[in-house]
Amino acid sequence: MAIVERNDQAETKSKVFKRREIPAGLWIKCGGCQATIYSKEAQKLLNVCPKCQYHFYVSAQERLEQVLDAGTFEEWDNHLRPTDPLKFADKKSYAERLVAEQERTGMTDAAMTGCGMIRARRVAIGVTDSAFIMGSMGSVVGERLARLVERATEQKLPLIIVSGSGGGARMHEGILSLMQMAKVSAALSRYREAGGLFISVLTNPTMGGVAASFASLGDLVFAEPKALIGFAGPRTIKATIKIELPPGFQTSEFLLEHGYIDRIVERSKLKSEIARAIDYCGW
Amino acid sequence: MSSEVVTAAPGLEFEEPILTIEGRIRELERLGPANETVEEELRQLRRQWTDETRRIYGQLNPWQIVQVSRHKDRPYTRDYLNLAFDEFVELHGDKFYGDDRAMLTGFAKLDQQKVMVVGHQKGRTYKERSACHFGCAHPEGYRKAMGKMKMAEKYGLPIICFIDTPGAYPGVGAEQRGQAQVIAESMYLMSQLRTPIICVVIGEGGSGGALGIGVGDRIAMLQYSYYSVISPEGCAGILWKSHQFAPKAAEALRFTSAHLQGFGVVDDVLEEPLGGAHRDHHQMASRMKHYLTRTLAQLREIPADDLVQQRYEKFRQMGRFLEADTAAT
Repeated sequence: MAIVERNDQAETKSKVFKRREIPAGLWIKCGGCQATIYSKEAQKLLNVCPKCQYHFYVSAQERLEQVLDAGTFEEWDNHLRPTDPLKFADKKSYAERLVAEQERTGMTDAAMTGCGMIRARRVAIGVTDSAFIMGSMGSVVGERLARLVERATEQKLPLIIVSGSGGGARMHEGILSLMQMAKVSAALSRYREAGGLFISVLTNPTMGGVAASFASLGDLVFAEPKALIGFAGPRTIKATIKIELPPGFQTSEFLLEHGYIDRIVERSKLKSEIARAIDYCGW
Repeated sequence: MSSEVVTAAPGLEFEEPILTIEGRIRELERLGPANETVEEELRQLRRQWTDETRRIYGQLNPWQIVQVSRHKDRPYTRDYLNLAFDEFVELHGDKFYGDDRAMLTGFAKLDQQKVMVVGHQKGRTYKERSACHFGCAHPEGYRKAMGKMKMAEKYGLPIICFIDTPGAYPGVGAEQRGQAQVIAESMYLMSQLRTPIICVVIGEGGSGGALGIGVGDRIAMLQYSYYSVISPEGCAGILWKSHQFAPKAAEALRFTSAHLQGFGVVDDVLEEPLGGAHRDHHQMASRMKHYLTRTLAQLREIPADDLVQQRYEKFRQMGRFLEADTAAT
C-alpha cells in the first residue's frame, strides 16, 4: 500500500479556518460544565474540556488530522461545488449564503471525503462539518458521500464517516436534499452487499436527515460522549407533546442505553478504537 | 360521494366562491320537483360552478396546494383501498413492539393482481385521527412496513406505497425506539428489494417520514400534493423565525408536483378531478387504479436484476451540483 502524499491545499485551508466554540481568547467557557478553562489546555486534549470531558466542536480538517496518520489524507471530489437549484431565498439568498459560508469556513461544502491511513490501514473516510450551514446535507454532501461509498466498494476499503450535522437534510436545496438520504443509503446498501465494513462515528450534533440515513447505517456505530443525536429536534418534540423532556434525552448516553450505538468513544481514543475494530473484522 | 363530501367540508378560504355556489345548488335541489325557471337557474349555477372552480384551481399557489393536500375530506390510503382495489387483507403489527395505526399494510388485489400495499393513514374522525397520530408514524410503523415489504419480495408481490404524512412522529418514545434508525433502514432495504415498487404521494409528503416508504421504481404524485424536505411551517420557524411565514416558505421550497417533476424526483403526476380529489373520491380512485395497473404491467416486464439496478441509478442521479475544473481548484 502506498502512502499517499499530503494534500497541500487542504493544509492551507485549516489555517484559514475560524474555530467555533474555541474562540481566539486565552480563556474559554465550557459549554458542558460552564467552567472557565485555558484554551491551550483544551486544544492539547483535542478540544475536550479538561474538567468535564465535554467535547468541543472540531472542524472536518482537524478531525482528519486527529484520526488519520500524519500526511496520509488524499481528498476526493473537492471539485464538486454547490449550486442554487431552487433559487432559494429567505432573509438572505442561498447563493449569497453559500459564498459567505465558504469564505468563513474555507470549505466548499459541509463534507470532506477521501482516503488515508489509520495506523497504516488504508481507509475511505468522510467527515461532515457542523460549521458549514449546520453540517446539513445538500447535493454536494450527498454526491461526495455516495462517491466515497462507491469507491470504498470498488477498492475494498473500510469506510469511516464522522458525522457532525445539526441541520439534517439542507432546506435550501429542498427535495433534492431529501433525496440525498436515499442516494447515500442505497450506496451503503451495495457496500454492505459487497462485504464492506462501515464504521459510523456520531459527534455533536447528528440530527434529522443525517441521523435518519447514513449515520445510523454503520456496521459499527460509535459516538463521542454527550453528543446530541436524534431524529426530531428537541424543540419540535417539546412543541408537539407539550411535556418536559427527560434529562439527558437524545444524548449519546441515551442512545447507548436504548441500544442504538455500539460504543461511546472519547475523542482521544477514536483513532485506536477504529483501528482495533478494523482488525477484529479482519480487514 | 361528491355531494356528501362537500356538505361536510369546512371550506378553505380560497374555495369560498365555489362553496357559495354549491350551497345555492343544494338549496334549489332540496326544493324538490322544479319548474322551468328553477331548472334554468340550476343550469346557470352549474356552469358558474365549473367556471369558478376552473379559475380558482387553475391558479393555486403553493400554500393553497398545501391546504388542499391536507383537506380533511381528501382521499386517504384506506379510501383508495376501498375504491380502487378489489380486496384488502390487512396485516398488522411489527412483531417487535406494536401495531402502528399510522401505517396501514396488507395484501390487496388490483384487478386480480396480487400486491402488497403499504401506506400512511391519517384517519377521518377525531377518534381515528388520534389513533393514527394524524398520519405520523412511529418506529413500529416503519418496522411493520419493512416486514411486509420483505414478505412481498419473498413471495413475488409488487409493492404499492401510498405516502401521506406530515412527517415521522416527533416524540420521546419514537426517539427511544429508533426513529432515525428505522427510516434509514427502510430506505436501505427498499433500494435492494427484488420486486417492483410504486410510490404515490397522495397528500402530504413530509420529509424523512415520507421517504421512509418512498424508495421505488416509479415515484408519482397527485396534482395537489406536496413533497418536501421540511414542512412549510417548520422551515418558516427556522429561517423566518415565525410560523406565520409558512406561505413564503411554501413558495421558496418548490415542492409542488410541477416543480418536482422538473427536478427529476417525480416520474408521473396524477391529475385530480376538477376542484381537487376531495370533491370526487370515485374519479380519483379510478385514475389511481388506471395508473397503478398500467405502471405495474410495465414494471413486471423488467427482470429483477435490471429493476434493482435501474432503481439504484434513478436515485443515484438525484441532486444538482457543479463540477469545477479540477485543474483550477
